[in-house]
Amino acid sequence: MAHYNLTTPLSEEDVRQLKVRDTVTVNGHIFGIRDATQIRMFDHQQAPPVDLRGAICIHTAPSLRKVGDKWEKISIGTTTSTRMERFTPPLIENYGVRAVVGKAGLLEGSLDAMKTSGACYLAIVGGAAALETTQIEEVEAVYWEDLHPEAIYKFRVKDFGPLIVAMDSHGNHLYFDVKKQITQRLPELYKRLGIE
Amino acid sequence: MAEFSYQLVEEVAKELYIRALKYLPPDVKEALQKAHDRETNETAKEIFQTILKNLAIAEEKSLLICQDTGLPIYMVTMGSKFLLDGAKVARALSKGAERATLEHPFRGSSTHPLTRINPQNSVGKGLPVIHWEFDEEADYLDILMVPKGSGSENMSAMQMFIPADGVKALKKFVIDRVIASGSNPCPPGIIGVGIGGTADLVSVLAKKAIVRPVGSTNPDPELAQMEKDLTDAINATGLGPMGLGGDTSTLAVHIESAYTHITQNPIAVNTQCWPARRARAKIFADGKVEYGF
Repeated sequence: MAHYNLTTPLSEEDVRQLKVRDTVTVNGHIFGIRDATQIRMFDHQQAPPVDLRGAICIHTAPSLRKVGDKWEKISIGTTTSTRMERFTPPLIENYGVRAVVGKAGLLEGSLDAMKTSGACYLAIVGGAAALETTQIEEVEAVYWEDLHPEAIYKFRVKDFGPLIVAMDSHGNHLYFDVKKQITQRLPELYKRLGIE
Repeated sequence: MAEFSYQLVEEVAKELYIRALKYLPPDVKEALQKAHDRETNETAKEIFQTILKNLAIAEEKSLLICQDTGLPIYMVTMGSKFLLDGAKVARALSKGAERATLEHPFRGSSTHPLTRINPQNSVGKGLPVIHWEFDEEADYLDILMVPKGSGSENMSAMQMFIPADGVKALKKFVIDRVIASGSNPCPPGIIGVGIGGTADLVSVLAKKAIVRPVGSTNPDPELAQMEKDLTDAINATGLGPMGLGGDTSTLAVHIESAYTHITQNPIAVNTQCWPARRARAKIFADGKVEYGF
């Protein structure tokens, strides 16, 4: 378990050094995306109006308030990633995204794409929006504003984290490991509860 | 004595929604702190540190603990020694929830089930959810506000077993549900279990189970034992905080029960996340308001 301070954009090397259970703190920029954003990107085949090569994307529908031209933060948290599974391989392969931040993880398709292209999944603590909102210094830009709160958000972040490497670029998947362990323990637990 | 103003109920309903989103009850905070202190898995320990830091920042900077402000649920107990007009109380609760959303402001999540149109006010047909109870001794109106986020609520489930399936089917349902939910409901939260009643009542019992303070036990010794056995078994799975492995996978299993039909054996699980939010107020006839959890 090592800790890394990473600055965006990320290189392949930045990502390849990470192993599951390592922790990461990010400085630079993180892009907020979600269901509707990726439906437009991949089901409607529209390229995003911003370069995502080396980017870190976070699954979020931020609560913001627009005052004049500026977007003020109200509460920015993270949503469940599993819904984004089918979008993630092309996000990595076609647009060069190097890391996805979310909760609950992604599945085999994304894990393969991460291994092939050099990307990873960074787990954030779900529900910890107060901290996340504080670590996001500013909402610098909003693209595809008509999709708000599922637009593309460019967040400037300072010491964002700690994030936990839960899927690395070497085929390791922490959620799957935990599940495997539970399956092994379950017969004993059933017995203890008098179920079987 | 001046006539009671339902405007006060509306103000309290608004205040409770906002308080619930920012300040966790002391029993939940203490349970999270204890889970942190005894955790042996390094990753899990780091997660608990982040959770505790988040709670401190939310209180210090008056920020929302979690961005999912949920659907508003009000559990109301009317005292026989302070009778009020229930319809007016219901309207005041709805208005209070709407005003919290618009005036704080925060994201409203209520949505039409077919058109998916979101009025951005946290209410709508059937919302807020209001549960009514009555207390012959009470000389106040007790309102418990529970904002319920979707990450946890989506993992809830109910099942009508048959009597021949016995108690073991109920226990298996709970532990299997928690495992299948994995990291989705932001564990370790409170697992609310309803046993008995009808299909509707069992679901309400499970919801009432999640609002019991952590550390409380069911007064029925048999159910209290089942709560303990299930809590221990779930923690022994190793699911851990956020499903990334660790010693604590639930803060507590709470069971609430009711009599059921001779041919029925219903169970419901209502999943609560680690930000197990709730806020309470007691309103008295003279307009005095006592806030708590």
